[in-house]
Amino acid sequence: MNDSAAAIATEKLAIGGIAGLRVDTWRRLGIAALIVLAAALPFGLSNYHVFELTLVMIYAIAVLGLNILTGYNGQISLGHGGFFAAGAYAAAILMHRYGVPYWATLPAAAFVGFALGVLFGLPALRFEGPYLALVTLAMAVATPQTLKYFSWTGGQQGIHLAKAMPPPGLPIDRDRWLYFFVLVVLLIAIRVAANMLNGRTGRAWMAIRDHSIAAAAMGIHTARYKTLAFGTSTLFTAVAGALSAIVVGFVAPESFSLFLSLSFLVGSAVGGIATIGGAILGGFFIEFVPNFANDISDAAPWAIYGLAMLLFMYAMPRGVVGSVGPLVAWLRARTRRSAAGEQVLSNSTSAK
Amino acid sequence: MHLFLQQIFSGLAAGAIYASMALALVMIYRATDLVNFAQCDMAMFSTYIAWMLVNADVPYWAAFAITLVVSFIGGMLIERIVIRPVENAPVLAAVVVTIGLLLILNALAGWLFTYTLQEFPSPFPDRPLFGALMTTRDLGIIAVTLVMLGLLFVFFRFTTIGLAMRAAAQNPASARLCGIKVGRMLAIGWGLAAAIGATAGIMVAPILFLDPNMMGGVLLYAFTGALLGGITSPVGAVIGGLIVGVTENLVGTYLIASQLKLTVALILIIVVLVFRPNGLFGTAIVRRV
Repeated sequence: MNDSAAAIATEKLAIGGIAGLRVDTWRRLGIAALIVLAAALPFGLSNYHVFELTLVMIYAIAVLGLNILTGYNGQISLGHGGFFAAGAYAAAILMHRYGVPYWATLPAAAFVGFALGVLFGLPALRFEGPYLALVTLAMAVATPQTLKYFSWTGGQQGIHLAKAMPPPGLPIDRDRWLYFFVLVVLLIAIRVAANMLNGRTGRAWMAIRDHSIAAAAMGIHTARYKTLAFGTSTLFTAVAGALSAIVVGFVAPESFSLFLSLSFLVGSAVGGIATIGGAILGGFFIEFVPNFANDISDAAPWAIYGLAMLLFMYAMPRGVVGSVGPLVAWLRARTRRSAAGEQVLSNSTSAK
Repeated sequence: MHLFLQQIFSGLAAGAIYASMALALVMIYRATDLVNFAQCDMAMFSTYIAWMLVNADVPYWAAFAITLVVSFIGGMLIERIVIRPVENAPVLAAVVVTIGLLLILNALAGWLFTYTLQEFPSPFPDRPLFGALMTTRDLGIIAVTLVMLGLLFVFFRFTTIGLAMRAAAQNPASARLCGIKVGRMLAIGWGLAAAIGATAGIMVAPILFLDPNMMGGVLLYAFTGALLGGITSPVGAVIGGLIVGVTENLVGTYLIASQLKLTVALILIIVVLVFRPNGLFGTAIVRRV
């Protein structure tokens, strides 16, 4: 490190923040620590727990897709289980029928998800609120029936897939390999989503969500951006579906019931709909709370699950991250203010 | 032609059930801007109460009346205890709360009454009528629904409390200024919706047999009926529910194997909605900038 960089670093350390560090820096450090933790975690856990965490990340990607649509663009969807199924079946059919390697099915699933989302998003432009909820709900209900009906989807039995193996020469087993595979996809998905949401597209989506007429008056092509939001959202969810087919090694119509769609919505609401980090918490909720409920009560686990949903919503109606986020923003604003104050102070002392 | 009329009538009977549930959904939507996903499971739970009473040798119509009262009180309690805390929360939080309520009621019913199918008596014998065009049971369902709709109409049109409820739904702030207890009106609305659902549940139970998932399929049809009619219009909900019932039956008979009849019926209705995005009788939401 050369002298000037060191000087800047020490100056940054000197001004404001918590324990001498800016909140932004803390955030970066936190994210880096989380990634390191996520990379280290599978080596200390049993195979089954690694598998569970892999599913958590898959759900997180699906919920992230839903967050883009519902949280950032204000379009509610009760049918994302259908797009998840589309991705899963796209991957399964490509692998099973055409012998495509598993990693190569992801772009195909992404394309299928995006295309279906845009096709679905076009009529959805005409619907708002409960009407959009109905149309998407109808899709969620129709998905298992439709999958059962056709023979190229394997009908009732579904499709069994060959196991995805780690590349030869790598000294890790299958579960851990798939964990890292999914982790990398999750990190890419988060990066892409963050870039879109922090840029022009994200601003347009949020403007439409907050006031579509005003957004249109500002020159935002409402129809185009809403359709794009639908397509992007379903792209993420379809990729998650493809990952689930690869990891579970099996697709069947009954796995993609209405309940899955509702789970995504619940995960999204629990984590915080207009957040990225909330998607990960949502993934944890979807995967672990039902198991946890099962441990508490054998007789009526779903009652416990429902109760957990109620309690979360009462305590944090904006979701976990949605409720903690304002706190962080406040802290950041505070440290910025004190940083600015110290800047003024140091300027005045140097002027002497 | 005979088959066609037969299908229309049995569709109307199913449609009467959907219409009742759709009406319950519309009542809650108008009052609180919330689609109550737990509506059908509330109805299922009410039906179990009636089933317990009937099994305890309470006469049928007495059991019916007691169930309606219990459901009414139960609905009010649910509004006060479960829904109230998210009254001012984001819509999605309230939606999640109703989904949670659905899971709780469903699991509780499974735990208390087990998942085995139970027979439920019908006051109407299953006899063919008018040269086998319809059965007495279908006619009974339609008649009970019509009586219930008539009573509701009278209630909302001619009683003070009905007027107060309409005011509270239309403009809560002004209603409150007129001295109407809006919170209490919301609770009564939930109570009424629960009682309507209970009626529908008791009517449909002899046909579908009673189990905790009995009403699962009905929710979607009721929701579709409510939206087809226009989510803000009670009359529309009833007509929408009837249309859904008849469409479902005709599609199942003439168009396609019954595995896909739900899908096809939904596609038809969505196509209608594309051309009438606010439903057949709904009013467009006008927004100011």
